[in-house]
Amino acid sequence: MSIELKNISYVYSPGTAYEIYALRDITLNIPDGQFIGVIGHTGSGKSTLIQHLNALLRPTSGTILYNGQNIWDEGYDRKALRSEVGLVFQYPEHQLFESDVLSDVCFGPMNQGLTREEAEVQARAALKQVGFPEDSLENSPFELSGGQKKRVAIAGVLAMNPKFLILDEPTAGLDPRGRDEILDQIALLHKERGITIMLVSHSMEDMANYAERLIVMNKGEVFFDDTPREVFRHYKELEPVGLAAPQITYIMHALHDRGLPVDTDVTTVEEAKESILKTLNTGKKSQKNKEQAETVPGRSKV
Amino acid sequence: MGIIKALKLGFDYLKYDDDGNIEGRKQAVADVDLDVQKGEFIAILGHNGSGKSTLAKHINALLLPTEGTMWIDGMDTAKEPDLWKIRQRAGMVFQNPDNQIISSVVEEDVGFGPENMGVPTSQIWERVNKSLEKTGMTAYRTHSPNRLSGGQKQRVAIARVMAMLPSCIVLDEPTAMLDPNGRKEVLEAVRELNKTEGVTVVLITHYMEEVAGADRVFVMDRGRIVMQGTPRQIFSRVEELKSYRLDVPQVTLLAWELREAGLDIPRGILTTEELADALCQLS
Repeated sequence: MSIELKNISYVYSPGTAYEIYALRDITLNIPDGQFIGVIGHTGSGKSTLIQHLNALLRPTSGTILYNGQNIWDEGYDRKALRSEVGLVFQYPEHQLFESDVLSDVCFGPMNQGLTREEAEVQARAALKQVGFPEDSLENSPFELSGGQKKRVAIAGVLAMNPKFLILDEPTAGLDPRGRDEILDQIALLHKERGITIMLVSHSMEDMANYAERLIVMNKGEVFFDDTPREVFRHYKELEPVGLAAPQITYIMHALHDRGLPVDTDVTTVEEAKESILKTLNTGKKSQKNKEQAETVPGRSKV
Repeated sequence: MGIIKALKLGFDYLKYDDDGNIEGRKQAVADVDLDVQKGEFIAILGHNGSGKSTLAKHINALLLPTEGTMWIDGMDTAKEPDLWKIRQRAGMVFQNPDNQIISSVVEEDVGFGPENMGVPTSQIWERVNKSLEKTGMTAYRTHSPNRLSGGQKQRVAIARVMAMLPSCIVLDEPTAMLDPNGRKEVLEAVRELNKTEGVTVVLITHYMEEVAGADRVFVMDRGRIVMQGTPRQIFSRVEELKSYRLDVPQVTLLAWELREAGLDIPRGILTTEELADALCQLS
């Protein structure tokens, strides 16, 4: 299973003086089972890109293939596509509309043709998977906190059993723990249900922690497409396009500049800790060896 | 008395039934004492629903305390006649840049406040010029705010508040929706205003690294202030912060992890330089 984008361009007001390329000649392959991060400054085309993946936007030129089939072919079942490629928007509160949480999550599966009873089974399972408390299912979705609203919005998409889950900044405005909880849940869905994840975020730290592949957008084009480690190695090229590396990358470079031979390619706190401990230990060992060597007569010349 | 002073401040959200009777109440802020001096840069941390924004809305009298008192520049916010003076002294910038735009041209947007206050036209332009300059937005004065980047929109929002010549500015998660560059732009503009204009700043944020430069940090939980001190004091207490659903900047976390692993590093490291110094001494 895969989504393939071939030479996609999306143009606003084509043929007029206000013509703007939101996407320009994008070619991407999104195979099954990856955890992909998408970064880019405001207006770089990230949101336009992801709205192409489930046919919310029609490209001005180029083709999009889902499992090898052109999704804009006549007679193609785009409704079925949208239940396989689920999209969670940036503002979950705009995505909620029912009077209680359970009904809200039931809407998707019922729209797919399930009865209310069948839909409820899926809805309850989805709400459980995102860690939504069972005793709040009857609450109005509008009385929930930001983090809980996001959970309900994600559950609403999950209840449709998507193969691909695309999330546009799901953690904006959440407190640090809420952010970690949501991202951990998404990582778990990726791992346990094998759902392909595409995550748009402004947090380089989150990308370093979770994504296995990172797509960097700039001015409607793909600027980098590689592992986070490789992408953040080019951190000096990221800054002019409005991005940055995780704080850890800067810390490691600063340490390196001060003469500590640490690994400057690490991107997470855990990796940084390992690298620093290793560097300090070998430093001590070599110093010890040197001292030992100097105290053994005759060996210092060797 | 400081520019912002709260004494035993409390606020309950009331829930009414269809007949207008009070059906329930939910305590959002409780027992908050605050004394912020003129020119200070303070930061408020706390998880979603901890009461940060409710407290912030008391600073420019968008909400009035249900218990205790809030004074801005010595004026009690609950006293109606001072309301407009208070709102002019204490300006607010909110999270969503798109919800704060009121005009189709940047300079008109910035001039809206003083015009509304009845400031003479020539002075309005003076104020607009200066605010745009201070926030680095002069080059965009004739642009449409809708076409700016998120960081630029937020700087326009700050300029709009500055044109009212406030003595303090409250920013409620101004960077939550911005890309890294936008975040940097906005924070630089805020720091600049604090330093050169002496504007008192109250910054509410979920980004721990934005707090490192503040004079004092307050941590809220369930409507109460549960921790306060300098960033160094606060960020030395990693586990306590985590218990309040918060975090520390990555450099502080790394230093803490290394300390836990047995390295002899001081607590509450805030900058890369400090960590480098500590590690260089060890090696």
